[in-house]
Amino acid sequence: MTGTRASGANPLIEFKAVHKSFFVRGQQFDVVRALDLAVAPGEFLCIVGPSGSGKSTLLNMVAGLGPPSTGAVSYGGRPVSEVNTEVAYLTQHDTLLPWRTVADNVGVPLELRGMAAATRRPLVQAAIDAIGLAGFEGHYPRQLSGGMRKRAMLARTLIQDPQAILMDEPFGPLDAQLKLMLQAELMALWARSRKTIMFVTHDIVEAITLADRVVVLSARPARVNLIETIAIPRPRDVHRTRFAPEFETHYERIWAAMELGALAQVPA
Amino acid sequence: MSATGLRSEEALEQGVAMPRPASRGEGRVLLLRTVTLVVALALWQALSGNLVDPFWISSPLAVGAKLWLWISTGVLFRHLLVTIEETAVGFIVGGVCGVVLGGLVAQSRILQRTIDPFVTAVYGIPKVALAPLFIMWFGIGLMPKFVLAGISVFFLVFFNTLAGAREVDSSMVDALRMMGARPAQIHRIVILPASFPFIFLGFKLGLPYGFVGAVAGEMMASNEGIGFLTQNSAGQYDTAGVFAALTALMTVTVLLDAGLARLERWVFRWR
Ligand SMILES: Nc1ncnc2c1ncn2[C@@H]1O[C@H](COP(=O)(O)OP(=O)(O)O)[C@@H](O)[C@H]1O
Ligand SMILES: [Mg+2]
Repeated sequence: MTGTRASGANPLIEFKAVHKSFFVRGQQFDVVRALDLAVAPGEFLCIVGPSGSGKSTLLNMVAGLGPPSTGAVSYGGRPVSEVNTEVAYLTQHDTLLPWRTVADNVGVPLELRGMAAATRRPLVQAAIDAIGLAGFEGHYPRQLSGGMRKRAMLARTLIQDPQAILMDEPFGPLDAQLKLMLQAELMALWARSRKTIMFVTHDIVEAITLADRVVVLSARPARVNLIETIAIPRPRDVHRTRFAPEFETHYERIWAAMELGALAQVPA
Repeated sequence: MSATGLRSEEALEQGVAMPRPASRGEGRVLLLRTVTLVVALALWQALSGNLVDPFWISSPLAVGAKLWLWISTGVLFRHLLVTIEETAVGFIVGGVCGVVLGGLVAQSRILQRTIDPFVTAVYGIPKVALAPLFIMWFGIGLMPKFVLAGISVFFLVFFNTLAGAREVDSSMVDALRMMGARPAQIHRIVILPASFPFIFLGFKLGLPYGFVGAVAGEMMASNEGIGFLTQNSAGQYDTAGVFAALTALMTVTVLLDAGLARLERWVFRWR
C-alpha cells in the first residue's frame, strides 16, 4: 500500500468539528454536522455520498466560498477566511465565459498573471490538446456539448498549475470511454506533480480507481460514514483496476456504507 | 465506441454552429409588406382631391415631388445632417455618461437604493417638457438639442447598465476570484462583458429617443434641422412639406434600426 495517509504529520486541508447550516425561509437546514476530515499533502482523496448530502458544500469551504457555521476549515495550517487562491476549483456548474472562445477561456488564468498573448498560446494549445478538444479552440461554449464544456473547464483548471485541485463531479456528463481517458490523464498528471486532489464523484468505481482514500458521506446532514483506504497498488491502469483482487472488497464496503447513509435519511 | 461518442458530439456541435437557414416565410413577408405599402399609397392618392381636400392630407405624388425638390437642391441633406449631428453628439455623450455612472452606482447597493426614487422621478418627466428650460439656459443653437438628445439617451443607458451589472452570474465572479483575479480584472473580464448585452440594449432603445429629443428641440427654436423643416412647412401651410419631412424622419429611424440590428447580430455572435 503506497497511498499517503492523512495520519501523517501536517495535513494540507483539515476540517475540524465542522457544522454548516443554511437558513431557508427562516428554517434552519443542517447540511454538515460534526465533520472531521484531514487531507494529506499530495493525497488523492475521493468523496462519495448521496446527492444533496453536502459534498459541494465541503469543497466550497476549502475554496473559501462559504465558511462553516461553526468549527474550522484550514488550508496549509491556516484557517480559510477568504477566497483561497492556492487551490483550483472545477465546480459542478458551468463557469465558462460564454462570450469567449474555448482558447480564450482556457487562457484566462495565464492572462490574469499578465502573461503575454504570444506566450500563452502554446500553453493553451497544449492544455486543449491534452483534454481532447483540439479543433474546437475557436468555438464558443454555446456551440459545445455539456461534456466538451466540462473538458474545457478541466483544461482551464489544470493550466493554473495550482498546489491543490478541488473537483466536483468533473466527469459526470462524459461517456464511459472518454471518462476513462480523462481519468488516466488526471492520474498521470497527479503522479507527475503530486498535487493534492479532492475529487467528488457519485461513481464508486471511479472513486476506487483514482483514490488513495475514499470518504463516504452519510445522507444530509453529512457525517463521515467510512474512510476506505484503497490498497490497489500504483501505478494503476484505469482499464484494469476493477479486475484487481482488492477491488471487490473495497466496492462492497463502500456500497454498504452508502446504503447506511440512505437509511439514516428517514427521520427528519 | 469512443469514435461514435465523439462523432455524435461533433454532429451536435455542427448542428448548432450552422447558420440558421433563412426562414421560408421571409420572401413572402417582404412581398406582403410591399403590397401593403403600395395599397396604402394608392388609397391615399385616391382619397386626396376626391374625398378629402389635398390641403389637409396632400398626396403621395405631391410629397414625392417635394422630397425630390429638397433632395435635388441639397436642402434635405443639409437639415438632415444637422439633426444627425445633434443626435450623434447627444447619443455618445449621454450614453458614455450613462455607462460610467451606471457602473459606478452599481458598486454600492446603498447608493443605488438611495438615489433610486430621485432618478426614477426625473426619468419620468417627458423629456420634451424640458426643452423650453434648455432653450432658456443654452439659447437656440445646437447646445440645447445636444442636451435634450443626450438626456434622453442617458437614462435608458444608465438604467440598463445598472441592471446589467446586477445580473452578473456570481459563480463566474467567484471562479475568477479563485484564479487570483484583482477587482479591476474581474470588471474587465467578467462584469463589463456580462453587462454588455444590457448596455447595448440601453443604447439601442436610447437612439430613437435621442433622435426625438433632437427633433423636438428643433421644433421649438431653431433655423435648421429636420424638426425645423417640419415646423417651417407647417407654418406655411405646406402640407406636402410636412409629410416630406416626416418621410425623411421615418426613413432615418428605419435605417438606424436596421443598422443596429446588424451590429447587434455581429457583436453577440457568441450567443
Ligand atoms: N446556498 C444554499 N442555500 C440553501 N441551501 C443550500 C445552499 N447550498 C446548498 N444547499 C443545500 O445543502 C444541501 C447540500 O448541497 P450540496 O453540497 O450541493 O450537495 P451535493 O453536492 O452533495 O449534492 C442540499 O440539500 C442543498 O439544497
Ligand atoms: Mg454537488
